[in-house]
Amino acid sequence: MPTPRILVLYAHPAPHRSRINRRLAEAARLLDGVLVHDLYETYPDFFIDVAREQALLAQAELVVFLHPIRWYSMPSLMKEWVDSVLAPGWAYGPGSTALRGKGYWLAVTTGSPEDAYRPGERHGRPFEAYLPPFEQTALLCGMHWWPPHILHGANGADDDVIEAHVARFRARLEAFLLTTPNGSANGA
Amino acid sequence: MEHSLLSNAVVYLGAAVLAVPLARRLGLGAVLGYLLAGMAIGPWGLKLITQVETILHFSEFGVVLLLFLIGLELDPARLWSMRRPIFGWGAAQVLGVAAVLFGAALLLGVAWQAALVGALGLSLSSTAIALATLGERNLMGTPAGQAGFAILLFQDIAAIPMIALIPLLGVAAGDSGGDGWLGAARLAGVILGVIVAGRFLVRPALRIIAKTGMREIFTAFALLLVIAISLLMQWVGMSMALGAFMAGVLLADSEYRHALETDLEPFKGLLLGLFFIAVGMSVDFGVFVSRPWLILGLVLGFLLLKLAVLFALAHRFGIARGQRWLFAFLLSQGGEFAFVVFGAAGAARVFTPETGSILVAVVALSMVTTPLLLLLYDKLLEPRYHGQNQRRSFDDIDDNEGHVIIAGFGRFGQIIGRLLHANRVPLTVLDHDPDQIELLRRFGFKVFYGDATRIDLLQAAGAAKARALVLAIDDIEDSLALADALRENFPELPILARARNVTHYYQLMDRGVTIIERETFESALQLGRRALCHLGYGAYRAREATLKFREHNKASVDAVYPFYKDREQYVSMAKRARDELNEMFARDLKRVEKESEQGWD
Repeated sequence: MPTPRILVLYAHPAPHRSRINRRLAEAARLLDGVLVHDLYETYPDFFIDVAREQALLAQAELVVFLHPIRWYSMPSLMKEWVDSVLAPGWAYGPGSTALRGKGYWLAVTTGSPEDAYRPGERHGRPFEAYLPPFEQTALLCGMHWWPPHILHGANGADDDVIEAHVARFRARLEAFLLTTPNGSANGA
Repeated sequence: MEHSLLSNAVVYLGAAVLAVPLARRLGLGAVLGYLLAGMAIGPWGLKLITQVETILHFSEFGVVLLLFLIGLELDPARLWSMRRPIFGWGAAQVLGVAAVLFGAALLLGVAWQAALVGALGLSLSSTAIALATLGERNLMGTPAGQAGFAILLFQDIAAIPMIALIPLLGVAAGDSGGDGWLGAARLAGVILGVIVAGRFLVRPALRIIAKTGMREIFTAFALLLVIAISLLMQWVGMSMALGAFMAGVLLADSEYRHALETDLEPFKGLLLGLFFIAVGMSVDFGVFVSRPWLILGLVLGFLLLKLAVLFALAHRFGIARGQRWLFAFLLSQGGEFAFVVFGAAGAARVFTPETGSILVAVVALSMVTTPLLLLLYDKLLEPRYHGQNQRRSFDDIDDNEGHVIIAGFGRFGQIIGRLLHANRVPLTVLDHDPDQIELLRRFGFKVFYGDATRIDLLQAAGAAKARALVLAIDDIEDSLALADALRENFPELPILARARNVTHYYQLMDRGVTIIERETFESALQLGRRALCHLGYGAYRAREATLKFREHNKASVDAVYPFYKDREQYVSMAKRARDELNEMFARDLKRVEKESEQGWD
């Protein structure tokens, strides 16, 4: 297997109950050139091998953050991963170029439908209003922010919707794999 | 007298048992108690004992043991780091005091030879009194104590050339010439031999003897070792005390250090007491009665001059203001080596027998003044400096400050020890298996041999200053005995205990231990967790299930505790706990099923 160009960081605390994220991960796993890295399976005790994670990041051109949205943010282990792996002096700060130019693609699901993300509704503001922390993380590390791949209303989505969502995910990964290696990592 | 040995023992022991507690009661200290007891039973008191010389000579072995034990506390590296205080300060003290006394004696019209020998002899201080006082007051680690110790050590070394010098000054030239080179070669040979034997013979021998498990043989060997080395050293012209000190230093990094300390401690105490009694007995009141004013004047003059020099030196040595008087008082008296020096001087006819006995009386009386001067310090001087005279520095100097003691260093204790060691926690390890100790020492651990349930060993291992004790002994009876002993003697010392099983767990709880781990529980849980993973559980799910089970199990063990002594109740409670566990699992399963229906993401 060639060096994977895409690293999928998959974080789901209860994968055996997952309907959508698990299928996204499985779909990605079937592609040559994609490495799916299951964080909850690898680090159940939240003790992260920082050097290993940084090595995985170094060889990737596109990093996919695949997880459900939990409390307007990422699952706790994903956050722990960000806290420990994206270290100052390596991921950001003067002279830190480890992640520069790589793609940052957020692939997330929300339980509520999109219209719950509106002023006056359940979540009070548009979903985009919750994304700046993610976006700024990418920018601070010099990464390219890809338009996120979102499925709203996961709670109650039927199989056709899920199937279409997974297909679009796979298609985008495949399109990236067709580009010239180390070329433009901008998939927009 | 046929039973002279035993009847003399009755006199000594009786006098000590009466006088020492009484003296301590009156706040005079143990040393003065012994001295007074000696005066009371000696030739000038009740005349119960007459052969003072023999006793003095015999009891000097107390000083030898004292220095051996001090040597045990100092490994060569630490001693090397003290070379400046020992040789610099020591030389300054001996030469400074001797010069002033020599000048004063010349002014009084004493012949220069006698003045020189007298001044040199009186410049020495009493190792026995000073060190016993430092130990009794726990001052060994203070700057004054450290400086005092270094100087005393130098004095022990300096006494050797002094004694060698005397025949050259005397009328009767000794027959010392001729074997100078031979003597030096013999000295070097013996020192080298002791170093080599200490490394390669004594340690294996200690190990073999420790393995026999017979304590009295270990004690006998320890005594044999010290006496043999001391006699050897004396044979080559070194002082016995210095030889014993050297032997102690050579064994300082040995794993049997604590065991040796514990076993020799009582002998040292008794013999040192006997030594003080002998000093008390040797005060020649005959001379005193015939020329009281001369002797009192000499004692006073001697003390004033020596104190003045010591006080000035204390300033130079950088000793804190509050401790300068303490330092000066500690070293103010004449020492036991002065008896030897004056004895040799008398033999060489450097001065008359009368001068000799006057000087001996002055030394003996000056020894009596030390406890009184210290009393003065406690009552008058120390309160004035209170606040700046902090005891804190004692903590800083101790080499194992803030350490953790691990009792029992088998398979269980080792893991704890290595974890703590890797995190730079200072450790003191106690174990009773000589093979184990040897193995671990090869990995660079500080491991000491001994039965950890013995309180005196714990004391020697520094339990009073430990941050915690890890009770990792595998024998349940021993473990409980140690927990009991610790509760009684070191109630402040936190205990972290290993329990062999649930009953042991409860027995430890009975003794107030709160931090307890069952030895097989956590590892069994970990293997169970891996079994779940192997069966297809996700790693994180397996972890959650394991932690949940763990919490439940701990709660039920604690819930059963009040009933464990009542066997029937215990059985029913244990059964109830099992039922509860079943119920909990059923609940868990239900919830998981319900949730998986609801899974959305």
